Formats: sequence, structure tokens, C-alpha cells
Amino acid sequence: MTKNKSRYLMLISVVLIAMTYFFPIWKIDLNAPQYPEGIGIRIWLNKITGVNEYDLDNINKLNHYIGMKLIEPDSIPELKVMPYLILFFILFGIIASIINKKYLITTWTFLLIITLSIGLYDFYMWEYDYGHNLNPDAPIKIPGMSYQPPLIGTKQLLNMRTTSAPDVGSYLIGISVLLSSSILVLNKKGNKNEVK
Amino acid sequence: MKTRKIIYLLIPSIILIAFLYNCSQSKESANFSDAASKVYVAPGKYDEFYAFMSGGFNGNISVYGLPSGRLFKVISVFSQNPETGYGYSEETKAMLNTSYGFVPWDDAHHPELSQTNGVPDGRWIFINANNTPRVARVDLRSFETAEIIEIPNSAGNHGSPFITENTEYVVASTRFSVPVPNRDVEISSYKENFKGTLSFIKVDQNTGKMNLAFQILVPGFDYDLAHAGKGPSHGWAFFTSYNSEQANTLLEINASKNDKDFIAAVNWKEAEKYVASGKAKLIDAEYYHNYFDEEKQHAYSEKNSKVLVLNPKECPGIIYYLPTPKSPHGVDVDPSGEYIVAGGKLATVIPVHSFSKMLKAIENKDFIGDIDGIPILRYESVIAGEVENPGLGPLHTEFDGKGYAYTSAFVSSEIVKWKLGTWEVVDRIPTYYSIGHLMIPCGDSKKPWGKYVVALNKITKDRYLPTGPELSQSAQLIDISGDKMKLLLDFPTVGEPHYAQAIPAEILMKNSKKIYELEKNNNPYKSKSEKETKVVRNGNEVHVYMTASRTHFKPDNIEGIKVGDKVYFHVTNLEQDWDIPHGFTVKGLNNAELLIMPGQTKSILWTPQKPGIYPFYCTDFCSALHQEMQGYVRVSQANSNVKISYN
Repeated sequence: MTKNKSRYLMLISVVLIAMTYFFPIWKIDLNAPQYPEGIGIRIWLNKITGVNEYDLDNINKLNHYIGMKLIEPDSIPELKVMPYLILFFILFGIIASIINKKYLITTWTFLLIITLSIGLYDFYMWEYDYGHNLNPDAPIKIPGMSYQPPLIGTKQLLNMRTTSAPDVGSYLIGISVLLSSSILVLNKKGNKNEVK
Repeated sequence: MKTRKIIYLLIPSIILIAFLYNCSQSKESANFSDAASKVYVAPGKYDEFYAFMSGGFNGNISVYGLPSGRLFKVISVFSQNPETGYGYSEETKAMLNTSYGFVPWDDAHHPELSQTNGVPDGRWIFINANNTPRVARVDLRSFETAEIIEIPNSAGNHGSPFITENTEYVVASTRFSVPVPNRDVEISSYKENFKGTLSFIKVDQNTGKMNLAFQILVPGFDYDLAHAGKGPSHGWAFFTSYNSEQANTLLEINASKNDKDFIAAVNWKEAEKYVASGKAKLIDAEYYHNYFDEEKQHAYSEKNSKVLVLNPKECPGIIYYLPTPKSPHGVDVDPSGEYIVAGGKLATVIPVHSFSKMLKAIENKDFIGDIDGIPILRYESVIAGEVENPGLGPLHTEFDGKGYAYTSAFVSSEIVKWKLGTWEVVDRIPTYYSIGHLMIPCGDSKKPWGKYVVALNKITKDRYLPTGPELSQSAQLIDISGDKMKLLLDFPTVGEPHYAQAIPAEILMKNSKKIYELEKNNNPYKSKSEKETKVVRNGNEVHVYMTASRTHFKPDNIEGIKVGDKVYFHVTNLEQDWDIPHGFTVKGLNNAELLIMPGQTKSILWTPQKPGIYPFYCTDFCSALHQEMQGYVRVSQANSNVKISYN
């Protein structure tokens, strides 16, 4: 692998990461008999939106029956932090591709993987909190029932069939990680082939 | 011995008759099983057309699906509806204001879809009020009445609201001629004092707002129906008239004497020029104009006091009379715009006038006289053809766009299909019973969709399970896709549909509103959140700013109301979810309930008469805890000191 090739691959990784500003990273879709049109939310780096304009409000309204806390994007600090984290990876990535040293690319890749893992864990904890930390005055109380949505997959929560999955943004990050890792792997192979 | 022989002979004949009868029965049902598949709309699937049927004496428009004949909605237009609060709520009361005061009811006959280039475009539908002359515009995004304009110098606004090719104008004519301006005269002075008017209501292309642009003063006949020209005849409008005898009593005899009455052909583009050049006289005329401001979610009334009137004597070239046999009812213009078909209800033929021949006759001044300055054209010079043997009592004609016309015949109770150009009858089918109007989807436009004709009948009798003396009306859906018309479906209709319109569903579906946006709600009495709710006393008026959302009202306990207070409940539905209306009523409410769509604010006035506790609750089953959606109002003696409080 030539030096330039690895530089370009690294740049592509950075561009992919930068594109996550424009796509949701996670999706949660709900299906119920009385919602034939579907209802769901999209989680972005900096916001949570409804699939349809008022879905978030309507999900909150439905959730009040089981005593789930309101999903209020303004009170979720992660949505403020994530755009800067991505900015950091963009800047770091650009530097890494300019200097184009293996250790920088390695550091970038590993930092990204660690950040993603923490992010997933954090997301799981939020879901756990929403699902378990319920208002004791809720109109609907079912002993032993919790309402934690799955991290990835589908689960029936009362009348709501809840499907949670990564969205475009996550795939972009995933491809970005694969690309930067491939630089490392291919470099290794290249080095072996080009033993001097 | 002889009797026995007869019995032996009788038995096989009875069996044979029974067998033959059964055969004929099963043959008929076999035909209809084919029909069943053509009108069957599987669960979860949609109808192909929206049909808008006038409600006649219920004053509304009902919305059906075709081909299923299922009823979806009744749109309140000219009649109060305690079910939704229309005409009762503070927001909608103004819609029914007229120069005669508040009129809670009317007789609505002819829905007419707005058009662009002569084709229904699905923006609005207009409908007339017959009794207290008005024209309404219904918004087809919300399926709610958006505007009602009163027509002065008119009585019995039957010949309306027919629209021009690009919805430039809605036209209206007066069925009863009356003194203009209306005044106290002897009825027998009819010929001297009574006049007709033809009205042209301008429609704003962006907002849909109507404005009575001008009226044409015409001789005192009964003007019955109308249709605007299209294509080559765009710029003209045609109005039938009867009672050219100018009788004022026992019209069934006295107005049926003349062999021919008239279709008035109006060149409205020419009339516009006279108006622009100042030829129209501004005369006193009191009339109301009511419109519903969607942002404010509130109806407002304006009172107008003047109208521009053109006198044909002073404006040559704006109007001509086409002699037409005999007491013509409908006037329908074919998709090409060339043929003007009259439903001469007492005539033995259907007369069809030619627009191009009419222009030529005008050019050649081929007149046989004039009435009050209106030239009468020579019948033979303008007639394109006469349809022979068209059934008895032909009334209305619609077109399939394939060169055929379909005319309803009231007396012989049938639809007659005939060919434009050759004028020969090619098919006929009975209706059940006594058909009035008939309707082909977009069948009075430049581009009929064809496929079906709906018979809108006046007499029902044995068609459905009996329901006492008062029966529903009946309609028939008839397949016109083949050479022969085929009856597919009978279905009951509410009110008394006169005319109807239909439009392909996909044109309207995509624009249909699901909710009103709360953000855009500018009702003066809105509460955009529970934090904004309050109860305010102002003298003996109490305003309750209330919200409704799943599954509670805020506030739900109100004290400090006194007997004789005028209590206004202003209820805002905070929901922004599809199909989550809330209802509101309070015990003993001498008014109507409110049915409040998501994002809407509606207000109702309550004047409690005696002290006590008054429960209120949600009347629309909104969610699992709907039964919990309730509250109490405490009403104290008029002289008590209980202060306003709420939570």
C-alpha cells in the first residue's frame, strides 16, 4: 500500500465521520394496532426527532400511561457533547491523514472504537433508566413489567412492538472504522511484501 | 273424480312454475354476483372516488366513497350541528349570519368542485343555499366549511353555484323573481315590479375568498339552473329559465303555457368590461359575508351594503335568450364546450343548442324579438339537434367523455344514454325511483372520468328495510364502462341529495389534513399548554381557558361560578396526533357539545340556572382512560361570595 493510498483512505474515513452530522445514528420504531401509519423516533448527534412531525410528543403522551419519564432532548447532555466528540475525530483524522503516520491512525481508530463502546453502553443505560425508573402514580402498572427498549432488535412492550436499530449515521461510523482499520491491516501486509 | 283430475294436472304445473321461477331468480343473482366484485372494496383498501352529495333539506354535504357507496362524513355547511358544535360554538356561530339574522338551516342542492382548465382540481367545493340565498365554499384539505356569502336581490338561490373553467367565477341565479330592491308591493304587480338577477361571484385564486363582483338584472322569470361554458365557450355562462309567462300564482298551470322558455346565455367577459368601464350601477343591498379564519380558528362576519348591477338595456352584447322547450330544468355543457343540453322537463325531446351556431346567429343578428333589451335568437338557427324519445321528464345530463350523454328522466324513472352528434338513444336503464340528478365522476367537466353514473333518486319505497313513513333516499351506482349500462349497487343516502360531484381519490387524499398545528393556532382564547390555562371573571362573564389531552382536562375543578353567569368554556385540544379528537360537555348545557380536533380551540357558552355541582366530561372515546376524563364545576347562588378558583 502506497503512502498516498493510506492518506486517501484516512480522508475518506474522516469524510464519512463528518457525514454523521446529517444523518440519524439510531432509530426506534413503534408499531401498534392503532398506529397503522407507524410512529417512531430518530436519534441524531445533537437531537431527537420524530419520524413524523409530532411523533416525539405523541410517544411521550403514550408513555405517561406507564409512567415513563418524558423524553426531553434538551435535558440529555450527551446530545450536547456528541457533536464536539465528532468534531474532535474530524480534526484528529485530518491531522492523521496529513502526517500519515501509522501510530496516529492506530490511535484514532482505537479512540473511536472506545468512544463508540462507551456510547453504546451509555445509550443502554438511558434505555434502562427510561424502562425501569417509572412514576409510581402511573395509571397502568403491571407487576414485574419494565419497558426497556432493546438496544438492537425487537421487543413487544404492551401493545407496542418496539424495534431499535442503528441508523445511517452508525453505518457511516462503522464503515469509517473499517476503512481506518484496513489501512493498518493492509499496511502490515504491504510491509511484509515490501521487505527490504 | 273430476276435481282429482284437475289436481293431478295442477301439481306438475305448479312444480314447473316453481322451477322456472327459481331459475329466473338464480339468473338474477348470478348477474349481481358479478356486480358485487365490482363494488367490493376489501377491508383496508380505499375507494376509487370521493363522491360529494348535496344534503338537500339537511343543508350539508355528505361524502361517500365510490364504488362502495360507503358514507365517510357529513360536512356541516348551512345547518347547525349539535354533534360538533358547528353553528353553536363561538368560533362557528358567525358562519350562519345573514341579513335576516342567524339562520340555522338551509336547503343545499348543488355541490360544484373548483376547476383548473376545466378539470376539477380538488381545492374547494362550493354549494348553494336555496332558501336564504347563499353560496358556501368548503376547504377540501380540512373538509370543513370555510366561507359563506349571501346573495342579495335573489330568492330561492337554486341555479348555483356553477363555476367557470378556472374558478374565476361562481355563478348564481334567482329562482323566485322578487322586487329589486325588495320592498312591500302587491303580489299581483309581478310583471311590473318583479325582477330576476344573475350573480357573478369572483373567487380569489390563492385564498379562495369569494366576492360578489356584479349582478345582471333580468326579466322576472324563474331562473332554474346553470352551467358555465368551457373550451370554446369559456367566457360564457348559461342559465335556464321557466315561467316566462311571469305568473305569480298556480305556476304548475300558469307557468306551463308557453311552448318555449329560455336559456339565458351570458357573455361574462363582456360583462366584466362593462363593469370595468363603470357601466354598472352601485345599488343598496344588504348581505353578509362570513368566513372562517383557519389561523384564528374563528369565523367572522362582514356586512356589505352595496352591489354592482348591470342592466342589459345599457350593456348590449352581454346576454341573449335561446328559446328552449319547455320549462327547461338542467342546462349542461358537453366536454368539448360546443353543445348546450337542456333538460326540457315538459318537452318531448331533449333540445341541444350549438355554441358555434349561437355565435353565428348573434353575428347575423338572427333575432326574433327582444325582452327588456335582451335579444331572442331564432330557435332553428341555434339548435344542433333534438334527441327523440328521451324518456318522460328529462332533467339533467352528464357526459362520459367518449361521445355519449346520459340524461335523467324523472317521470319515466330511467337514465337514457344517447350519442352526441347523431342524437340517437342507444341505451336506457330503469332507476329506483324517480331520478332527479345523475352524476358521472367529473361528468360536467372537460375531462369526465366516466366509468360510473350515479342515479340520485327522489323516491325510495321498497328498496331497503322499511323504517316507518320516513325513508332514506336512494342512489344507484351504474357501470357505464361498456356499451350497455349495468346496475351494480343500491345504497341509501342521507338528507335528500340533489346534485353530486365525484373526483378521483388520489387528488384529495394527499392533501387531507390530519391535525391542526397547535403552533399555528391563533384563536384569541387558545391555551397552548396546560400552563396557560386559567379562569377569568369579567363582570358576569366567566372565561374558562381549558385544555384537553389524554386523559384529562386542565383545570378539572372549577369553583366560583354563580347562577346567571355567562360561562364560556374555551377548550383547546393539545393533541397533535392523528384521529385523537376530544369532546366537551357539561350537565344541563342548553347549547351543544364541542367536538375539538387536535390543535383546535372551540368555545361554548353555558348559562347555569341553578346552584349545585355540574360534572363535565369528554364525549369522544379518546383513549384507555377516557372514562376518567372528567371534572366538576361548582355553581353557587348569584349573591354568594365564593371566589373563582380552579385546579
